[in-house]
Amino acid sequence: MLAYLLRRVLYTLPIMAGVALVCFALVHLAPGDPLVAILPPDASEDLQNQLRTLYGFDRSLPEQFVSWVWRALQGDLGTSIASNRPVTTEVMTAVVNTLRLAVVATLIGFFFGCLFGFVAGYFRNSWVDRGASLLSVLGVSVPHYWLGMVLVIIFAAQLNWLPATGAGPGGSGDWVWNWEHVKHMLLPAITMSVIPMGIVARTVRALVAEILAQEFVVGLRAKGLTHFGVFRHVVKNAAPTALAVMGLQLGYLLGGSILIETVFAWPGTGFLLNSAIFQRDLPLLQGTILVLAMFFVVLNVVVDIVQSLLDPRIARS
Amino acid sequence: MSAVITPAAPAAVPAARSRGYWASVGVRVMRDPVFWVAASVVLALLAMAVFGPWIAPADPQASSMLSRLKPIGTEGHPLGTDELGRDLLSRLIVGARLSLFMGITPVILAFVIGSAIGILAGYAGGFVNTSIMRTIDVFYAFPSVLLAIALSGALGAGIGNALLSLTIVFIPPIARVAESVTTQVRNRDYVEAARASGAGAFTIVRVHVLGNVLGPIFVYATSLIAVSMILASGLSFLGLGVKPPEPEWGLMLNTLRTAIYVQPWVAALPGVMIFITSIAFNLLSDSLRAAMDNK
Repeated sequence: MLAYLLRRVLYTLPIMAGVALVCFALVHLAPGDPLVAILPPDASEDLQNQLRTLYGFDRSLPEQFVSWVWRALQGDLGTSIASNRPVTTEVMTAVVNTLRLAVVATLIGFFFGCLFGFVAGYFRNSWVDRGASLLSVLGVSVPHYWLGMVLVIIFAAQLNWLPATGAGPGGSGDWVWNWEHVKHMLLPAITMSVIPMGIVARTVRALVAEILAQEFVVGLRAKGLTHFGVFRHVVKNAAPTALAVMGLQLGYLLGGSILIETVFAWPGTGFLLNSAIFQRDLPLLQGTILVLAMFFVVLNVVVDIVQSLLDPRIARS
Repeated sequence: MSAVITPAAPAAVPAARSRGYWASVGVRVMRDPVFWVAASVVLALLAMAVFGPWIAPADPQASSMLSRLKPIGTEGHPLGTDELGRDLLSRLIVGARLSLFMGITPVILAFVIGSAIGILAGYAGGFVNTSIMRTIDVFYAFPSVLLAIALSGALGAGIGNALLSLTIVFIPPIARVAESVTTQVRNRDYVEAARASGAGAFTIVRVHVLGNVLGPIFVYATSLIAVSMILASGLSFLGLGVKPPEPEWGLMLNTLRTAIYVQPWVAALPGVMIFITSIAFNLLSDSLRAAMDNK
């Protein structure tokens, strides 16, 4: 078991190095001079060279990569070209906002996904199953940014119940768990929860159907166990996989929140990424993507480890 | 007790040739009503993409400042008009071409490139396999939406860049499926037999590997089309894909976003088209997969 855990953690090191390389390459993939965004068109040759040295663009690529990684390891992701603030500060504020939204959305999605999945798996091929399966197909098919727009149209523009955009009176920095803030979170969180809901429902349905078909369930029933007793066993067997799917979905939401955050003007990483792209703020773009991708890699490891602790068969295979 | 066991007499007339695997998959698919519904929707969308300019009742680019943002049901504009007074019905119909092109092309490209990479890795095995698959793992470490937006954000807006970044996003998952199926097929007895009878690597891949591998990859790839449609329109929605004034559903949704307080239901229409397309492709691939699983 320990060997498996160690192997799993060590295996992520080359992946992390690769991820860093891809993030670094992004900036150099970009056409044009990265300094164009901040330089006035009539900038003197001297000023251009000064800035190039300041941002390190005058050195060779391997040299730049090594020093970028070295500084990133110490928590320094450079300076945003547009705002002139440290990238690390900007990204961390945004990550906290995105994480808050994504965790709430994942929990909502997980709860309803499990509910639909269990019901559908228990009553296979009944109308409940068809309804739940239809809902999960709709959940994975809906363009979530459009769903966000529709929710804004219904609940903000027409009914005027909930605010359409923003993160509440605290802005991007000060979040408090009160209604004034939470009401700003409801629409984006519901929008975001639809994707994990569909995927969790599909997975749980298949899991429950598979478990119910196994012999031990027949044995439990023959033993005279009540419906609830059997249900407990099904939950216990389905939990590791369902939790793993939930963990991965959290990661996908963190990375995929950009479209929803744009619709709701939620001050998270997606919003930051969007402005970094349109202001051609390459250090900020690079830093945000690096942090999100690293988070995703770490989350993957954590999910694998938790899953193997819950279900030791995985580590042995 | 007779010592001679007479073998069962061979049937005088050879029985009708049993159906091959793909024929039976086809028969099962044809019996599935969901398949018929999904396939008809997809065909209708494809017809719109091909014949759009001839079906559309009005010129999708003709703007009129006098009839901006008319509601659904306006005379002459059954689905209303957009923020520049262009007929929305016509734009939705003509927009099918670019929207489907943007959604389907990356999957086709990734299908070709990803299958080639995966089959190479799976067939070669050893060091080649390790180095290819570990590189693929790095791209797997990015959530797909993030990778698509990061790539096209770095490359800049435009149809070509959006197609390129979506293709890069879909190569790793397809290559993974191709690699795992090829590895299974490679160790089968018939491949061994072909090698023993002197077939070269190229012949084995062409006859034995491709024939068995392309089917599963194809079905997997169809399930990616729905994702690709949503992502491609999403890129245009962010302003990273198609540029105005081309009619494309994601871009239309983006430009109509400002109108949600004026004509909310007109503004939501382009998203309905994306939704319908993605449901149809999801159902189509579900029904294909169900027919193939049922051995």
